[in-house]
Amino acid sequence: MSTTTIPPAGPQAPLSATQHYVESAQKRRSRLSIGALIVAVGLLLVYLAFSTSGEAHFALSNVFDEVQLPTISVPGLPVVVTTAVLCLLAGAGFLSGRLRNRMPALAGTVGGLAFLIGFLTWGAAGRDLPFPVSNQLAGTLSVATPLILGALAGILCERSGVVNVAIEGQFLAAAFSAAVVGSLTRSIPIALISAMLTGVVMSALLALFSIKYLVDQVVLGVVLNLLASGLTGFLFDQLVQPNSATLNRSPIMEPIRIPLLADIPFFGPIFFSQTILAYLAAVCVAVVWFLLFRTTWGLRVRAVGEHPKAADTVGINVYAIRWSAVLTAGLFAGLGGAFFTIGSTGAFVKDMTVGNGFIALAALIMGRWHPIWATVMALFFGFVTQMASQLQTLSTPVPSQFLLLLPYVATIVAVAGLIGRTRAPAADGTPYVK
Amino acid sequence: MPQTAADDSSAAPPRGLSLRGITKRFGTFVANDAVDLDVRPGEIHCLLGENGAGKSTLMNVLYGLYAPDGGQILIDGQPQHFANPKQAMAAGIGMVHQHFMLVQVFSVAENVVLGREPGSLGALDMRAARSRVKELSARYNLPLEPDAIIEDLPVGVQQRVEIIKALANDAEYLIFDEPTAVLTPQEIDELMAVMASLRDEGKAIVFITHKLREVRAIADRITVIRRGRIVGQAEPGSSEAELAELMVGRAVSLTVDKQPATVGETRLRVKDLTIVNPAGAVVVDRISFDVHAGEILCVAGVQGNGQSELAEALLGVTPVSSGTVSLDGVDIHSLSPRETIAAGLGYVPEDRQHDGFIGDFTIAENLVLNQFHRAPFSKGLSLDLAAIDAFAQSRRSEFDIRTPDVSHLGSSLSGGNAQKVVLARELSRPLALLVASQPTRGVDVGAIEFLHKRIVAARDSGTAVLLVSTELEEVEALADRVMVMYRGQIVGIVGPQTPRDVLGLMMAGVPYEEATAPAAGQQEVSS
Repeated sequence: MSTTTIPPAGPQAPLSATQHYVESAQKRRSRLSIGALIVAVGLLLVYLAFSTSGEAHFALSNVFDEVQLPTISVPGLPVVVTTAVLCLLAGAGFLSGRLRNRMPALAGTVGGLAFLIGFLTWGAAGRDLPFPVSNQLAGTLSVATPLILGALAGILCERSGVVNVAIEGQFLAAAFSAAVVGSLTRSIPIALISAMLTGVVMSALLALFSIKYLVDQVVLGVVLNLLASGLTGFLFDQLVQPNSATLNRSPIMEPIRIPLLADIPFFGPIFFSQTILAYLAAVCVAVVWFLLFRTTWGLRVRAVGEHPKAADTVGINVYAIRWSAVLTAGLFAGLGGAFFTIGSTGAFVKDMTVGNGFIALAALIMGRWHPIWATVMALFFGFVTQMASQLQTLSTPVPSQFLLLLPYVATIVAVAGLIGRTRAPAADGTPYVK
Repeated sequence: MPQTAADDSSAAPPRGLSLRGITKRFGTFVANDAVDLDVRPGEIHCLLGENGAGKSTLMNVLYGLYAPDGGQILIDGQPQHFANPKQAMAAGIGMVHQHFMLVQVFSVAENVVLGREPGSLGALDMRAARSRVKELSARYNLPLEPDAIIEDLPVGVQQRVEIIKALANDAEYLIFDEPTAVLTPQEIDELMAVMASLRDEGKAIVFITHKLREVRAIADRITVIRRGRIVGQAEPGSSEAELAELMVGRAVSLTVDKQPATVGETRLRVKDLTIVNPAGAVVVDRISFDVHAGEILCVAGVQGNGQSELAEALLGVTPVSSGTVSLDGVDIHSLSPRETIAAGLGYVPEDRQHDGFIGDFTIAENLVLNQFHRAPFSKGLSLDLAAIDAFAQSRRSEFDIRTPDVSHLGSSLSGGNAQKVVLARELSRPLALLVASQPTRGVDVGAIEFLHKRIVAARDSGTAVLLVSTELEEVEALADRVMVMYRGQIVGIVGPQTPRDVLGLMMAGVPYEEATAPAAGQQEVSS
């Protein structure tokens, strides 16, 4: 048998090039559930329309702003009805299955925005106070700041293959350390550095037990969260509370107005009058993106998170790369934690991070382990949280407990319904054993 | 033989790579026992041995992945110590891994430069990486697109990336670890040509395989390893039977004794079957075929052309999008696995470690996985352990499962014996249809012979057999009819005598008529 008689195979196109695609059972289920969700929301708006009366006012500027913009007034009932119809149409579009190409994304956006506008109009209609749009957006950025930083920390860990469920614990420990160190030194920079170091120490525990001792990473994360809660709680009761004047009264970060930019009407007060931490978070997004996608280290981090053995066989030290990624992540988580004390009231309260670490985790998963998308998702959660507190002040007929529930409901709906399956780094959560 | 012996003694500092007395133990198990091996620049040295003979262990020692318990590695006479792959690579050793060491979501260029990335101050210079790939690809005539993502590429092209990756590091000693396992016949020929041209460039190549045909096609020298020991050298001109005997340690029959099929009534009838995977890709595209009692229909094709999904859909673990499947006239396309099993379907999965076998269960438990819930193994709510044990004992002796006791864990078995357990389980009751995917993958030659006999025996008892295989040897040995699949469609159903190169072309999507037209002429020329 001579092998030379066989004609050589032609150039090979990627298999996917000629494969055609149709809707799989999973896609169909996801499409139908999105459609049903949007229709349900539309029906909710129809229901709300019955209790809508009068005009809704939206204030575009804060009373303290230098440039005062007019307050917009819209008739309540027509707007709510219109948005309800838009929602129902978008939902029907999904259910019909006739949307092609970019249409599903468009319909989803229309449905989401319509719900938002309809809900806000209903909430504001017939109230004496206007809904503060400017406050809403500025507050969104502020609330999203720790979420963004936490998500970045999670991304760095998980891209290297270490699941980080301990963002919550990192936040809490860093918040505690920022409050105490800030109170003692009266210095914001030193408090920030101390928070970052605390984040790194928590990261070191995560790295030690997951990389070296191969502990199940989800269980480990839960344990670290309990550790942070227990330890800060103990220290708070025994040490901080009795001496709260010296140990729990830190100076807080004031908003920094950026000259000129802060004077732009509407946008200025929203974007350019934030605390140093918000500006830092924006810079951190760019930094993490650059580290991951434009540096040698980032390439290695991603390789180690996808296929550690492949990295090992080209001479990369898998353990060292994972350690470095997890420790670096601690810096960002620490910064995020500082927000809760020195970015807020300056005082530590037990378990004050109330699930923000988990929302950051949700943001990074919905953002598909990408710094930019995770930031977008963090902003979304920030928006919902801020909206809940704004509506509370308007004394809408919804019970305040329900409004406080909104961010978490949004998280569950977004993760379970709208996003569906996302693809994690292939070796995420898998310890590497030679 | 005498020639090479003379070379060894005369050359004062021997050029090339030498392993001297390499020993590697895992616990009490000796994987390599004082192994000697030499490879010189400009030759292809075949290391031939069965699965589990210690070939890969030896190469992992050479590549710095395992530390040897004894022995020495010499390059041009100089002793070397490799604590990790980096040091082995620095010494000029490159490895083309059996399971590609490629990051699936990275581009070709990213994979090639990983570990020695171009750029300054830690910034990654992807432009330099791309041009490096282009340069290597031109120099060694291995066409590659630097920006293509690995997971979009066919396996043959992925292997090219592995080769380029090794060459990018200026490897002088290239190890090819079972490189042909995942390739089409045409891709294998291309690979052979690449290996020959690398040899002609002066590279030293170690080619690890258990496929006799390939050894005969390309080897300059052949060393046979068995149970961790070198058992001898063979001439490149040795016959396949001689090589097989050296490799297994006894004479083996490479053909299966089987009578022509006595085909009965239609048992399995598949009509317009379409399967869509979760990503929405049509992986099986409106296929229709029948399998009759007493025949073996082989599904041939390169891995990933819908065969696995077809097999899983028959069992009922993969949902069918449209079409019908009937077994003995009963529609089974929407039944659950337990129901299809009850309807008389036997199933040997492709990945037995994962899907066919539970390593943490005992061998006896594994033998009743598909019928533990029925009499005589189950009485009311409790298992009848005595009945299970008695059944396992009888299966063990009938299928020659080599284990001290059936109460040992499944994970203690070798690949061949694990596969015997799966087959013993599936063939222990009357079957209407046996679906077997890659039943002999990773199984040594001796066990293959036995497994093939059992499959033919099932056929002769009136079972319809659907055998999915990517190995043409196996297709030729067992098939009564061959169904070739390509990108989810049936290219054609042909007879078992169809020449290998025609099958190879069909596996690349060329219809039978076109495949036979040029090949028929060449057949005459070569014979």
